[in-house]
Amino acid sequence: MALPPGVLGSATTHMTAPGSTPATPTRRGTELTLLGFVLGLVVLAFVLISENQSQSIKPEILLYIAGYAVLFGVAHLAVRKFAPYADPLILPCAAMLNGLSIAMLYRLDPPLAEIAFSGGNGYSNAAPKQLIWTGLSLLAMIAVLWLIKDHRTLSRYGYTFGLAGLVLLVLPGVLPCSISCVAGAKLWIIIGPVSIQPGEFAKVLIILFVAAFLVSKRDLFTIAGRKFVGLELPRPRDMGPLLIAWAVAILVLMIEKELGASLMFFGTVLAMLYLATERSSWVWIGIVLFMGGATVADRLFTHVQTRVANWVDPFADAQGDGYQMVQSLFSLGSGGIAGAGLGGGHPELVPVINSDFIVAAFGEELGFIGLAAMIMVYMLLAMRGLRSGLAVRDTFGKLLAGGLSFLLMWQIFVVIGGISKLIPQTGLTAPFLSAGGSSLLASYIMVALLLRISDAARRPQASRPKPQAPIAEASTVLVERPT
Amino acid sequence: MPELVLQLTRAGFLALLWLFVLAALRVVRSDIYAASGLRVAVPGGFRKGGKQLAKGKTAKQLVVTHGALTGTRISLDGRPILIGRADDSTLVLDDDFASTRHARLSLRGSDWYVEDLGSTNGTYLDRAKVTAPLRVPLGAPIRIGKTVIELRT
Repeated sequence: MALPPGVLGSATTHMTAPGSTPATPTRRGTELTLLGFVLGLVVLAFVLISENQSQSIKPEILLYIAGYAVLFGVAHLAVRKFAPYADPLILPCAAMLNGLSIAMLYRLDPPLAEIAFSGGNGYSNAAPKQLIWTGLSLLAMIAVLWLIKDHRTLSRYGYTFGLAGLVLLVLPGVLPCSISCVAGAKLWIIIGPVSIQPGEFAKVLIILFVAAFLVSKRDLFTIAGRKFVGLELPRPRDMGPLLIAWAVAILVLMIEKELGASLMFFGTVLAMLYLATERSSWVWIGIVLFMGGATVADRLFTHVQTRVANWVDPFADAQGDGYQMVQSLFSLGSGGIAGAGLGGGHPELVPVINSDFIVAAFGEELGFIGLAAMIMVYMLLAMRGLRSGLAVRDTFGKLLAGGLSFLLMWQIFVVIGGISKLIPQTGLTAPFLSAGGSSLLASYIMVALLLRISDAARRPQASRPKPQAPIAEASTVLVERPT
Repeated sequence: MPELVLQLTRAGFLALLWLFVLAALRVVRSDIYAASGLRVAVPGGFRKGGKQLAKGKTAKQLVVTHGALTGTRISLDGRPILIGRADDSTLVLDDDFASTRHARLSLRGSDWYVEDLGSTNGTYLDRAKVTAPLRVPLGAPIRIGKTVIELRT
């Protein structure tokens, strides 16, 4: 009588497939398997780099690999303990991008040090620093998971987060240039050997604020406003938060000479407004405001004009202002479809290759095939965030997950669009990839929030019992009396 | 490492990158059935039933636990069970909310599956509406109109 399982109809097999049984498995095993896969990738990356650079396998790569394995092993155990039902893809995706980043920085260190020494400058290796920052960031992630047992408690501190975010944004602008200027951009706070970019944390805080604000005021936005040329305009007093967000974005742009950060805030706030209200009029208003703001910025600031000029034709001044853009295009171009192989190219010729332009290094050494895979991993990460937002039951969690996922995707678009000359280049870091502690720390705090929300979304309701009518009395919807 | 091996490892690395993406997509695919947050309610007996089945315990009888026919038992011999208001059904329901041919229980392998036959008011396995054939664990209530049945050993 017993048939082999494969004989069952395909419509029924999904009920018995592992991972889809309605008993809500925690899926930590899947996460561990994927992390193991990622570790294999990172080991292979280090071996390839070492072989290509010195024709031998250096023992020091063992230190990096061991450090990396220990850090993510601890992170996995922490997720098992603090967020057992979290999404199984979020951590491995972040780990993969982060691991490739450490490998790439390790690969870039020797040629960059050579360039620095020949110019008479000092150079400190970026790869060990990145590994240490990865450890600190994972600690921060674990701390967030440990402290925040329920993401809804965050919605109570909306205004506090908003204020803190604004202060962090404005801080480098008002501090003297000696402790806030790096390469012409006033984005930093430098205390001794530690330099942090407060804007990276401000973006997470602002998203928390906007989510909490929209949840408390959501009804106001959905009240029909005046109609104007077929467009439903919201009432002026409901426009307040958007106008404030816009003003802050422009303020940051003016004080800190940074187009990227303002674009980030503006786009994310707009996306969250759209998520909360489902009104396309916000998008149109946003586009009009952005056009206005961009035109004004182009008139007022010379560095914005330079970047637009570099975007239109970088070869017009290939040895001057367009140099970085041109080198980046050459780097991507020489990579081609399959890339030069890790350690096989010359990405060090692109200025600031290890932070803003690191994607160009991956493009050169892994080619279109490899870079496309990495973009897929980013998209998977954002997709899992959005899915957690769909699945979680509270509005605050939905908006927060939506905002964080949108920010990730938006930042990747602006960064990769910038280095490939699709849009004017902005000085933004690629999350998880670029060298730099602030960016990494902020990215892992975002990952922690997404893990927390996905844990709340997948946690079986049995832990929070909901009164249900006995099965026999449960409502049967009478559509039509049968004849 | 010889040059050839190096080139092969290089290609292998790119292949592994995509293999990771595919592995991740497989995880995504296995989630699709639990569509955007509309999770199937979790009956306590679900997993337990699966374990019992694994031990080789198959359902021996069908018991009506609620409704006009409460207490009715039908022993299962492997032939499909038709449930509805039609006179030739195995379990004839006198229930205003049931359709003429409402649902069918059938044995595949060692598991029983419930299938809705296009009824007006639907068949529910525990609290989830049955849209495709679903495996019925032991003790999980199947609701048809005001009647609730379950499988027992």
